Formats: sequence, structure tokens, C-alpha cells
Amino acid sequence: MGPDVTWYLVVAALLFSIGTLGVLLRRSPLIVLLSLEIMLNSANLALISFSRLHGDHDGQIFALAVMAVAASEVVVGLGLIVAVARRKLVLDVDRFRVLRG
Amino acid sequence: MGNVLVWAIWIGAAAACLGSGIAVVSFANPFFSALALIGNLASLAVLFLLASAEFVAAAQVLVYAGAVMVMFLFVIAYLGGRADTPFEGGPSWVSFGAVLAATALLVEIVVAIGLKAGDLLADEAEVGAAFGSPAEIGRFFLTDHLLAFEITSIVLLIAAVGGVILGTKTRAEEQLDRLDKAAP
Repeated sequence: MGPDVTWYLVVAALLFSIGTLGVLLRRSPLIVLLSLEIMLNSANLALISFSRLHGDHDGQIFALAVMAVAASEVVVGLGLIVAVARRKLVLDVDRFRVLRG
Repeated sequence: MGNVLVWAIWIGAAAACLGSGIAVVSFANPFFSALALIGNLASLAVLFLLASAEFVAAAQVLVYAGAVMVMFLFVIAYLGGRADTPFEGGPSWVSFGAVLAATALLVEIVVAIGLKAGDLLADEAEVGAAFGSPAEIGRFFLTDHLLAFEITSIVLLIAAVGGVILGTKTRAEEQLDRLDKAAP
């Protein structure tokens, strides 16, 4: 027997707050996206540990759907960053005040 | 003996996971942050394996550490020096507030889970060897969760179309380029 589900949840909670800290603290949109990935993955870890707790596959299916949504989010987020960079604007989330084209 | 080995692997993976997560947030250079995130995702895959989610662990390595992070590294390389921004913004109370908010969120999660499910977490269900195997996951995707499967395909298609639209030059941008060339 390995560690209890509680320990998995502790790691998931710590990872989620590390990701939140990154989103709130950093200015680079790239690092904000990376921190978002950490948050999504900590949610995945919680889903999988609960799925193990109940002996039910639904949590794992949910985690796979979250993975697909995260991949789509990265495509759109990186597309936006490249579009902003092509217009020779400064890559700084504090300056993205106006999203008009 | 097997117990000790599982615990040792688990503690190593969890420590690597948290350490590389902190590294992602604290590195100034986005390239190193992305590399640290690859380590984070790989160690998370080990944790998934220990929670008997074999297929999800494999998908995590293939989709995330493989495809998504390669895309990240390509974009960071394409942006080059322009990807470097100052570490944090605003006056120091904004950073203090960010740390405070993250800590408050952590406390809130721990309290909520402890109150709601604290005594339910001990009785873990018994699972067979087939739990979390590709065959089982595939069967569930094509029977009970068929709608989720189909909606996922539509989400991915829309994201691909959105990526292409964001990547192509608009007419206004082409005009700007012409003006730039005409008046250097």
C-alpha cells in the first residue's frame, strides 16, 4: 500500500496555490500561461486521487477532458501572445488594458 | 519492502513536483520556466501512475510534456529577447497581496476538504489490476461518456481554427506593413 489519498490532496492543494501565486505575481504572459498549466494539473491530480478513492473511472475520464481543454487553451493563448508580439507591443500583462483590434 | 519502495518513489515525485512548480514561478527567464514545467509534468505523471491511472499518466507525458511543451518552447524561441519582462509589476503591496491571496486560497482548500471529506478519505476502495488501463478507459469513453468524447473533439477543432485565425495576417496589418515599407 502506498500513501493515503490525503497526501495526494495535500500535494494538489500546494501545487494549486503555487500556480495561483504565479498567475497573480508574474507579468510575462508566457509565465502566466505556464502557471495556469500548473493549476489545471493540480486539479487533475485531485480528480485522479478521488477516482482512486472511490474505485470509479469517472474522475480519470474528467482528467482526460481537462487535458484536452488545456491543450486548446494553450493554442489560443500562444496565438494571442504571438499576435501581440507581431504588432511590436510590449509583452506585459499589466499593459494589455485594451483588447480592441 | 514493497511498501517502503512505493513511499520512497512517491516522496521523491511529490518533492520534484513541488520544487519544479516553485521553479516555474520563480525563474526570471521564460525558457527555464518552461523546462521546469516539463519536470513538473513528468513527476506528476509518476504520481498518476502510483494512483493507478496508467493511461492518464501516459497521456500526460505524450500530450503535455511532448506536444504542448514543445509548442511553448517554439514560441519562446520565436519571441527571443522580447519574451523577457520585468519579474513582477506594481508597487510592493500588490506582490504582498498576491502572496496573501495564494496563502488564503491554500488554507481555504485545506479547511474545505478537511471539513467536508476529512473522515471519508481513510476508507479507500479496492481496485483490480485493470483499473485505469487503456482498455477500461477506452470502453468508458465509448459507452458511458460518449458525449464528453464528442464534445472534446469539437473543442479541439475550434481551438485549431482559432489558432489559424490568430496566426494569419489581417488586412489592416498588411496595410501597416506596406506603409512601413513606403516610408522607412
